[in-house]
Amino acid sequence: MGCRLNYLKNVVSLKLNREKCTGCALCTDVCPRGVLHIQNHKVEIINRDRCIECGACSTNCAFNAISVKSGVGCAQAFINAIITGGEPECGCSKNGRSSSGCC
Amino acid sequence: MTSLDCNKPETKSCGCSSGSGKKMLIPAIPPVDKWGHIKCRISDKFRMNYAVEPGLYSIGNPGESSPVLVTANYRLACDHLRKAMEKSSAWVLVIDTKGINVWCAAGKGTFGTSELINRINCTKLDTIVKHRSLILPQLGAPGVSAHKVTKATGFSISYGPILANDIPAYLEAGKEATADMRTIKFPLRDRMILTPIEFFAALRKYVWLILGLMVFMGIESSGILIKPAFVNSWPLIISGLISVITGSVLFPVLLPFIPFRSFALKGMILGIIVIIPSLLFYDKIYYGNPFLASASILFNITLISFIALNFTGSTPFTNISGVKREMKFSVPVYISMCIISSILLIIFKLQKWGVV
Ligand code: SF4
Ligand code: SF4
Repeated sequence: MGCRLNYLKNVVSLKLNREKCTGCALCTDVCPRGVLHIQNHKVEIINRDRCIECGACSTNCAFNAISVKSGVGCAQAFINAIITGGEPECGCSKNGRSSSGCC
Repeated sequence: MTSLDCNKPETKSCGCSSGSGKKMLIPAIPPVDKWGHIKCRISDKFRMNYAVEPGLYSIGNPGESSPVLVTANYRLACDHLRKAMEKSSAWVLVIDTKGINVWCAAGKGTFGTSELINRINCTKLDTIVKHRSLILPQLGAPGVSAHKVTKATGFSISYGPILANDIPAYLEAGKEATADMRTIKFPLRDRMILTPIEFFAALRKYVWLILGLMVFMGIESSGILIKPAFVNSWPLIISGLISVITGSVLFPVLLPFIPFRSFALKGMILGIIVIIPSLLFYDKIYYGNPFLASASILFNITLISFIALNFTGSTPFTNISGVKREMKFSVPVYISMCIISSILLIIFKLQKWGVV
């Protein structure tokens, strides 16, 4: 069933700078979507469309080798932003994206 | 004093953890009752006021070499952790996320680098454990820069598995999580758990629509009449209620099985499937009026698609670029559909009054 849960194609803003990558693999640890993979001691994007732009990889790369325009993929956030004129921010008081058993 | 809290000005240095007998002063992580769990699933407000006080807690009987697990002061998260670690001993560093779960808090940055550094310092964690490593939930990673925390505190960070339940296996494997433990899933059970919140949120807004509809139906040439307001509205109120249920409950449950990737489109498909059969009761629901029928059908499909689009925020596989793209094409469509639907309704009304 997991394979059916894919979002739009070719929208993701994920970018790599392979020059800077040291192959430490922390980004592959934190990615919850299996987007990244280490090949020949360098990071590689293997599932671009699965990326949810959470920013875990870029925040944790000590070498600035990954960038992504991160944010919450939440329509309500945009609607709130339009109404209040502020930044898109998810109400996210919703139990929302954290699945039931997670910590 | 039940926990170490740096936010209170009078306990500047969290005085309670200094000196001997540290273990005695560090409370066990408090359990949560079943009823609390249920209320957390229904009411946002209740969940907010149900936060755990940030600070250091213990599970079992931890010592200076026991692992330190970090989590949010979200009550259910703490409880999952307590249950998962039931048979072992560990420290739990609860950081202040204003009662919000790890994933959402990490997205906002409250489950973040500076709060973690602050909490490590103010609980004097370095005097309590000998080792210098922390285990963070993987879903906290968007908010925390591991290398910055290490630089500031000397504590290195390992990201544990996504689910608290997998932590014992992760620890046993020498802090190795399998690819499966690292991948976020969204099974039926999790989607169902979200439905009460989605439903009540949608329902609260729907109440206003009902009121508007009743006023509209009650408008007669002689003023707003109560009887037609009730009698004429109820079939429409029920079909609207069906739409709310479809969008907030049926849609999350059927999510993977509805064609297309776009939530707005998925919602529209589901809306068409659910609403079109109402034409079987054309005479009862729509009084055999084509204007009323098409206005109502258009509006309900829009409503379902809109609620469905809102569900993007609750799923762990959407992204901001995609939602932006969806909004770009769907919002103009929604607005036009609402305008068309209103025009049709007005024609229906004028027809009833015999104007056209
Ligand atoms: S975290 Fe950065 S340096 Fe390490 S593997 Fe990933 S991209 Fe390369
Ligand atoms: S942004 Fe998130 S989902 Fe995308 S590659 Fe980075 S960690 Fe993975």
